[in-house]
Amino acid sequence: MTEPRQSIVLSKLVEKFGDAVVSTHSDFGDDTALVRREKIVEICTFLRDDPDCRFDFGMDLTGVDYLGEVPRFEVVYHLYSLDKKQRVRIKVRLHEEDPAIDSVATVWPGLNWYEREAFDMYGIVFRNHPNLKRILLYEAFVGHPLRKDYPKAKRQPTMGPQE
Amino acid sequence: MAVEKHPAGTSPGGGYALTTLDSMIAWGRKYSIYPFTFATACCGIEVMGAFGTHYDLSRFGAEVVRFSPRQADMLLVAGTINYKMAPVLVRIYEQMLEPKWVVAMGACASSGGFYNNYTVLQGIDKVIPVDVYIPGCPPNPEGIIDAVVALQKLMETGAPRASERWPIKI
Repeated sequence: MTEPRQSIVLSKLVEKFGDAVVSTHSDFGDDTALVRREKIVEICTFLRDDPDCRFDFGMDLTGVDYLGEVPRFEVVYHLYSLDKKQRVRIKVRLHEEDPAIDSVATVWPGLNWYEREAFDMYGIVFRNHPNLKRILLYEAFVGHPLRKDYPKAKRQPTMGPQE
Repeated sequence: MAVEKHPAGTSPGGGYALTTLDSMIAWGRKYSIYPFTFATACCGIEVMGAFGTHYDLSRFGAEVVRFSPRQADMLLVAGTINYKMAPVLVRIYEQMLEPKWVVAMGACASSGGFYNNYTVLQGIDKVIPVDVYIPGCPPNPEGIIDAVVALQKLMETGAPRASERWPIKI
């Protein structure tokens, strides 16, 4: 057995934020941290600005619906450092009653549309988002189709020509 | 030709001149179809193949693709139409001048295909009348030629267009 790789990023994260980091692992070389939602903006700003981290590229943001589990929803951030050539994955769990989290569009402007997509598909609310409205579906659409309890055969009213 | 079909004295009701004019127009119309391609998915590639030199749709008089719906009389819907695109399709259909015919090409345009989900229109005949359906996923260029020939038959015989029995009441 080889010794698990010690990740500088994860150890700095635990050292800096302590209880806000619920768990970490580096399985298969993928540094992953599960954090609490209250600190997400501070954590993301730290990861972007810290000289050992330098995650200047927010590559991806998506939602996950673990229907039946508590908490039900999860937001996953994939970050990449163009400088250090390293990656990290940040996860946040959100409860069904209040699926809301602070927006990181101020940290990485490129994640603006990803947050809108997660809102569109899962109904996850990103607080302080500059323009949180549907991005792929039309405004008259009711519900969030990628939630696992969205009926597969449900049809929305067909739109007429818009004036 | 029109005159050969209705020789003197055989036309019922004595409507000789009018019938001849209609069939004359139909004859001209069927060899000068102006298609408008509404290509949104892989079917569009097959449409290009059909218009290309190998299959050469111009043999059937349907080679002048019009990229304005106001100059076209055949709407060829090639590809997946989702709910967000449906109003655009309806608007383009409404901009076409009468008489006009609609061809739904492929499984997606005809029925939604395998996209049985929240976003894809389950067949364009939910929003506009369709004259000819082409099966296939995607259909090959022969399918498009077959549809054009079927459309020519509709024009030649003066069969009622789908828009004349729209919306369909069941």
